[in-house]
Amino acid sequence: MSENEKAGYFGPYGGQFVPETLMSALAQLDREYHAAMADESFLAEFDRCLREIAGRPSEMYFARRLTENLGGAKVYLKREDMNHTGAHKINNTLGQALLTLRMGKKRVIAETGAGQHGVATATAAAVFGLECDVYMGTEDIRRQALNVFRMELLGARVVPVTTGQRTLKDACNEAMRDWMGSVEHTHYILGSVVGPAPFPEMVREFQCCIGRESREQMLQIEGRLPDTIVACIGGGSNAAGIFVPMINDDVEMIGVEAGGRSMGLGDHAASLVAGEPGVLHGARSYVLQDSDGQTAEVHSVSAGLDYPGVGPEHAYWKDTGRVGYTTCSDDDALDAVVALSRAEGIIPALESAHAVAEAMKIAPKMKPEQILLINLSGRGDKDCNEIADILKRRKK
Amino acid sequence: MNNLRDNRLVKTFAGLRTAGKKALMPFLTAGYPDLETTAALLKDFEARGVRIVELGIPFSDPIADGPTIQASYTDALDGGVSSEKIFEMVRSYRSTSLTAGRSGDGSLALVAMVSYSIVFKHGVEPYLADAVDAGFDGIIIPDLPLEEASELEPLTSSAGLANVMLIAPTTPPERRLEIARHSHGFIYYISIAGITGERARLPEESIRAVAELRTHTDTPVCIGFGVSNAETVAHVCEVADGAIVGSAIIHRITDAKDAPRDELVKKVGEFVGELLKSII
Ligand SMILES: Cc1ncc(COP(=O)(O)O)c(C=O)c1O
Repeated sequence: MSENEKAGYFGPYGGQFVPETLMSALAQLDREYHAAMADESFLAEFDRCLREIAGRPSEMYFARRLTENLGGAKVYLKREDMNHTGAHKINNTLGQALLTLRMGKKRVIAETGAGQHGVATATAAAVFGLECDVYMGTEDIRRQALNVFRMELLGARVVPVTTGQRTLKDACNEAMRDWMGSVEHTHYILGSVVGPAPFPEMVREFQCCIGRESREQMLQIEGRLPDTIVACIGGGSNAAGIFVPMINDDVEMIGVEAGGRSMGLGDHAASLVAGEPGVLHGARSYVLQDSDGQTAEVHSVSAGLDYPGVGPEHAYWKDTGRVGYTTCSDDDALDAVVALSRAEGIIPALESAHAVAEAMKIAPKMKPEQILLINLSGRGDKDCNEIADILKRRKK
Repeated sequence: MNNLRDNRLVKTFAGLRTAGKKALMPFLTAGYPDLETTAALLKDFEARGVRIVELGIPFSDPIADGPTIQASYTDALDGGVSSEKIFEMVRSYRSTSLTAGRSGDGSLALVAMVSYSIVFKHGVEPYLADAVDAGFDGIIIPDLPLEEASELEPLTSSAGLANVMLIAPTTPPERRLEIARHSHGFIYYISIAGITGERARLPEESIRAVAELRTHTDTPVCIGFGVSNAETVAHVCEVADGAIVGSAIIHRITDAKDAPRDELVKKVGEFVGELLKSII
């Protein structure tokens, strides 16, 4: 695999397709990131932050009633929803905030869809006294109003983005444009395993605490690793975080993309399942675009999955067959929210509900002695207004 | 490997240098507000004495562009513009050179500014071939930095297309020289760390940096981003081989968008005419 040796690449995917203006910042980030990962004191400080601020380790929870209801494999939940701020996103923002301090930068910017990454960035910025601007599409500001308020309460400025479809991709464009002009004193805390190198690798490493803990917890509780792991895929960070520490083990892995309203272009956000190789936001990966190379419109009930691209390492895993990718419709995700809430008293984020829905599909086909692990990437408080609206409409 | 000896962009700059002249390089969003207007503007500019034009291929997600150019891209895409239609327009513009012998005769050097997202989707080789075949002389791929461009360089040269590369204020000194060595036609010096858009003043460091760069390379150096009026054009051209003016032109097109085509072309043409005066 000679291409794999090219730094910043996963097979033919990845790279740094960004304007020259950003190249020196990426080089600096790459240097600092690699130096930090080899620095015991940085790793110890990151570990302390994960424990004391994020509240790690997160629980490994046996979903007894859900397991009984489904009548197949034993279902476990990795409770990233229990983290401070309510999702896995805090793991990454703490790591990148520490790097920001290391680089001597005083300001951070971020893009956000569901607002979870925005809240996690605003939180890390508050903890470390950094100035923070978060770019968010106005459609997402509407559907994730609670998180907008939280960011502002935490001292961040939420910058409304009105270009394109006014969702995650457009917020990402605007954050990159800000960075073009602020790169000398600002760090861009990208929220997923997307973007130019070193972001995909770096964000994955900061999220790998999920998989390392899961591995240990599984061995402790069950004496073995799970048969199957299911995670939802927006950019792919919670999935990469839980997959990578077990990627060389005999564990089946499934990534679930947003199937939206239908599988017609524009109605979903399933870049891996329905897209083709392309270039978006600085990396070569699977992208939803038209035949001229223009980025396609996307849709998902879940703001955090509503994105036309995906992390380049997932593209590589798709091609090699290491991970299987599938989709879950808006409707099935909503049903999964209700099912998990009633069975276990856990209201999942709409994003995470995509993984729950897939698990509900496959668990009954598995044997009772088999183990199915769901990465429950976040909690659903932020989605309650949106879910209430949709359930009301459904009744009519 | 160098098939660029007969390249129109290379020859145009050589001619300008011999004559001791500088280049004013207007930027147009291809297909904004429509392709017929773009074609009319090319002819008008040419008749006024412009020698090189940069044509922006509209993209849905232009990271390096400010609100003015972004909006023109969105508008052009909403109007159904695609690379294929732009190539057709350029081909027909070139064909007028066969029928007319006067100025405005289809012999501008044309440089395409296009995102790698588009080039990659079409396939690099077919895209370059189509661009050359249509009549483009150079290509700028702003999101394809040195590290990713190594495969592209031989392909552009053998296609007869000049691959223009960019240097930013944030580019370290040694890397500038490396980029300069790999840039063909001219070197695009970005005057400001930031996105496109009109600026009242340009940083003096950039002017000095271009003067310094010119002592290391024979390739022409042009300055773009923020150059927006006759004064900045004149200032930039004290050291550079040319000035690229984008947002200031696009905003004038936007202002005249609802006027009849002739009127729009006249208004925008007159602005370009003023800019031209500042370098002659
Ligand atoms: C709870 C939750 N899960 C998943 C995602 C999707 O991101 P990723 O695929 O990077 O984990 C988001 C994004 O906002 C999220 O908030």
